[in-house]
Amino acid sequence: MAYECNGVTVETDEEGYITDISLWSRELAIQIAAEEDIEMDDDHWEVVNFLRNYYEEYQIAPAVRVLTKAIKKTLGADKGNSKYLYELFPYGPAKQACKIAGLPKPTGCI
Amino acid sequence: MSEMNEFDEDVPEIVKRFMYVNRRAPYGTIYALECLEVVLIAAAFDQDVSVVFLDDGVCQLKKNQDTTGIGMKNFSKTYGALDDYDVEKIYVEKESLDARGLTAGDLVIPVEVMAADELREVMAQQDVIISS
Repeated sequence: MAYECNGVTVETDEEGYITDISLWSRELAIQIAAEEDIEMDDDHWEVVNFLRNYYEEYQIAPAVRVLTKAIKKTLGADKGNSKYLYELFPYGPAKQACKIAGLPKPTGCI
Repeated sequence: MSEMNEFDEDVPEIVKRFMYVNRRAPYGTIYALECLEVVLIAAAFDQDVSVVFLDDGVCQLKKNQDTTGIGMKNFSKTYGALDDYDVEKIYVEKESLDARGLTAGDLVIPVEVMAADELREVMAQQDVIISS
C-alpha cells in the first residue's frame, strides 16, 4: 500500500511499514495512526518520539521488552510498563508505535 | 491431562551457554551485520550469551566509521544497544587489537579485553559456539 502526504507518495511494505524512513513527517504519522485506529495524543507522541530518538542513536527499532525497559529508565515506571504501553498501542507498542514512527519492524520481536 | 502435566511440572529451565564469534571486517560481506541481528534476536531467549570479536572482527567495533563511500548503513551504533538487550559479556582478543594498532579506547562500547589463551578457556566452557 502507499500513503499520500503533502503531495508525496510514500510506499510501505506488505505489513504497512514505510520503506523510506526519510519521508516520515508528523502529518504522515497521524495518517498511519488513523489506519491503526489510533488518534494521536501527547502520550502517543511521547512514545513515538522516544522510538525515533532510540533509532537515531542505535540505528534499530527496539524489541518491546527493550523499549519498555528503556522508557522506564528515561520516563519512569508509571510509563515504562506493559499495561500503559498496550493501552496506548493495543496491537503491540513496538509494532504499532514503530510503524507510526516510520521505523522498520523491531529487531528481536518474536 | 497427561499432556497438560508436562507444562505444569516445575522443571528447572535449562540455560545454555551461547558464544557468537565475529572474525570478519564489518563491511564487504553481510556476516557482521547478520551476526549482530542474530545476537539481538537470540537475546530474547534468556540464555547465557557472550559475543567475541577477534581477527578482523575487532574492526566492527572501531569508532568513527564512515560508510558514505560504500553506500552501506553504518551499523556500528547498534552495538551500543547490546546492553539494553542484556548482552553484557563482550570479549575482544588482545592479540587482534595489538596487531591492528588498536586499544579498548578505540572501540564504540566498553569490552573485556582477553588474551588468546584466556579466551580459549572461556570458549571451552561453551555449549554452543557460532562463528561468522
